[in-house]
Amino acid sequence: MSSNNASSAQNEWPLWEVFVRTKAGLDHKHCGSLHAPDAKLAIQMARDVYTRRQEGVSVWVVRAADIVASDPGDKDMYFDPMEDKVYRHPTFYKLPDAVDHM
Amino acid sequence: MQPSIQLNKTPAQQYLLRVGDTCLILAQRLCEWSGHAPALEEDIALSNMALDLVGQARAILTHAGAVQGLSEDQLAFLRDERDYCNPTLVELPRGDFAFTVLRNLMVASYLKLLWQRLATSTDAEVAAIAAKALKEARYHQQHAADWVVRLGDGTAESKARCEKALQRLWPYVAELFSADEVDAAAAASGLGPSCAELQATWADEVNQVLAHATLAAPKAGSYLSTGKRGVHSEHMGFLLAEMQHLQRAYPGGVW
Repeated sequence: MSSNNASSAQNEWPLWEVFVRTKAGLDHKHCGSLHAPDAKLAIQMARDVYTRRQEGVSVWVVRAADIVASDPGDKDMYFDPMEDKVYRHPTFYKLPDAVDHM
Repeated sequence: MQPSIQLNKTPAQQYLLRVGDTCLILAQRLCEWSGHAPALEEDIALSNMALDLVGQARAILTHAGAVQGLSEDQLAFLRDERDYCNPTLVELPRGDFAFTVLRNLMVASYLKLLWQRLATSTDAEVAAIAAKALKEARYHQQHAADWVVRLGDGTAESKARCEKALQRLWPYVAELFSADEVDAAAAASGLGPSCAELQATWADEVNQVLAHATLAAPKAGSYLSTGKRGVHSEHMGFLLAEMQHLQRAYPGGVW
């Protein structure tokens, strides 16, 4: 049984992360993931799974294994020190009335 | 129980029904994969393609029925088996995944070439439907071709299944390009091409994919199926029973 599991895990299609651009000029945004045997089919499947309702005009896929991520264990060390650095937000300036939409 | 409708059977209507029924019946077969495809991602891809085909069938059937005052639903659900004009190829049972992607390659390649030509039809509505359908058919052809290459040039098991599917499908290819008086009338009026005109390019495109997949097309035989003339395989009745049951039992039922 355990050897079966090992071989089925080996045979499983790799995981891809999917990024969709909703319209020209906007960023590609991460929208989910899928399994696909290779890059070309991953793009087609991303199109089929994530843009069925006109969600996008462009898709990227990236092998999930190729993404380098921060360690969840480092979360405290990495991100908590920013909690009390409110002065890093550019909210202490008086904007002239003429400047709209900021 | 809802009785069957009768058709005018003009050559132009027959021509359009051949196109619309090809889409409709293949869509019905592809829907059978819903919830059963080898992977979730491909399940959605097959359903998407089925829905594209249903959309194309709806547009063409609506147009084919208009002169006679028949709706798309009446044409889709209330005809007798003999009045369906799809080639036999699309009604064959869905088979395994190799069979499905190979048939999809054959039919999508055929429909792509047909829509390309219909985009310049003298019938403006047909031309508009074709322009939209062409984009969908191009994707269907590419998606099917990519699978055929991966399975044909894949494992010993996937190759064997592809070879078996090709043997089973190939005898039904001849009918796609077998022209008759309906084709002649459409070609003369400018409604659309005679199907025989599509054969050379179709063979080029499909053989290219097969070669890439390290598969070989079987030799052509002398068998000619007759679905387009309304004489279907033994599988058609079962397909129609399932497809028509709701409209026959609950006339005019809607969502």
